[in-house]
Amino acid sequence: MTKHRKPEPVQVVKQRRDGVLRAMVEGVPYIRFLGIEFERRGDELTGIMPFSEQLIGNPILPALHGGATAAFLEVTAIITLSWGLIWEDMESGALDLDNLDADHLPRLPKTIDFTVDYLRSGLPRDAYARARINRSGRRYASVHVEAWQDNRARIFAQATGHFLMPQRRG
Amino acid sequence: MVTRGDAQQVVLPFRHPPMIKVETRRKGVSCMSDKLKMARQFIQALPHSMALGMELQELGDGSAEITMPYDDKLVGDPKTGVISGGAVSALMDTCCGAAVMSHPSNPSATATMDLRIEYLRAATPGQTITTRATCYHVTRSVAFVRATATDEDAENLVATATGTFTVEGHK
Repeated sequence: MTKHRKPEPVQVVKQRRDGVLRAMVEGVPYIRFLGIEFERRGDELTGIMPFSEQLIGNPILPALHGGATAAFLEVTAIITLSWGLIWEDMESGALDLDNLDADHLPRLPKTIDFTVDYLRSGLPRDAYARARINRSGRRYASVHVEAWQDNRARIFAQATGHFLMPQRRG
Repeated sequence: MVTRGDAQQVVLPFRHPPMIKVETRRKGVSCMSDKLKMARQFIQALPHSMALGMELQELGDGSAEITMPYDDKLVGDPKTGVISGGAVSALMDTCCGAAVMSHPSNPSATATMDLRIEYLRAATPGQTITTRATCYHVTRSVAFVRATATDEDAENLVATATGTFTVEGHK
């Protein structure tokens, strides 16, 4: 932002960023199926997986399915990576905000490998996750994700994954 | 996998999926009913696996085969229609867990400790994914598992997995 330009009204900024994030998340059927949502604070994202019966893997305990946890971590990693990629174009106006469908949004990064460390069983309640991009190169990225439930300090699962970055057109 | 020579095949009618082939070694006949019970329970008692449409095809002596038909709700890349890595993870995790539960040491329960998945290529949209897991070593407290996933082109793997699972109380 240059000194001479008046800052944009906060509503305009929020509407733009929330709109792009919503389009990215709602465009992926599997994210909708799991009911995963994202909350935004500036450029920081928090994934939220509200509890639902269909996420249960062990009905006796009961506990979240390890696969649901893995998917939640992976989705959080991919959306966080993609959010970092789209940020500049979104802020500079290079991204066409009127056409935010799969054909116009940048492609999502592809998972190369993903390693999940299950620390304790997932309780039948909402789960939260945040990803940290440890390296983001032109072709590859390495991302670490942590998920927790009631207490931020008590992580119930963490994961590290490598991703193939989408190649920019032009 | 089970050595075919000393294995006998039992075919059982199930509500869903309609048929499950269960293999047990002759010496393991006494624990067969447990295994069948478990096989029945395995997918039906896992709401998340049911929600993803998983079907247990084979179970026996530390190995399992589970399929997951293609479904639009599982798509992770809206542009290509390729199934989400997360759905493949869930399938691999379930299959590895089934392999642990079917091990001759008869664990009463298991939980995933660590699961690493390598995505070799995109699964072809529209095709069923088949995973096969083998629990190749079990100690008193840990089970070591490997799994593969293919689509209808069974020659070329879609993904591979390596996992360690907890082993709770042998029966």
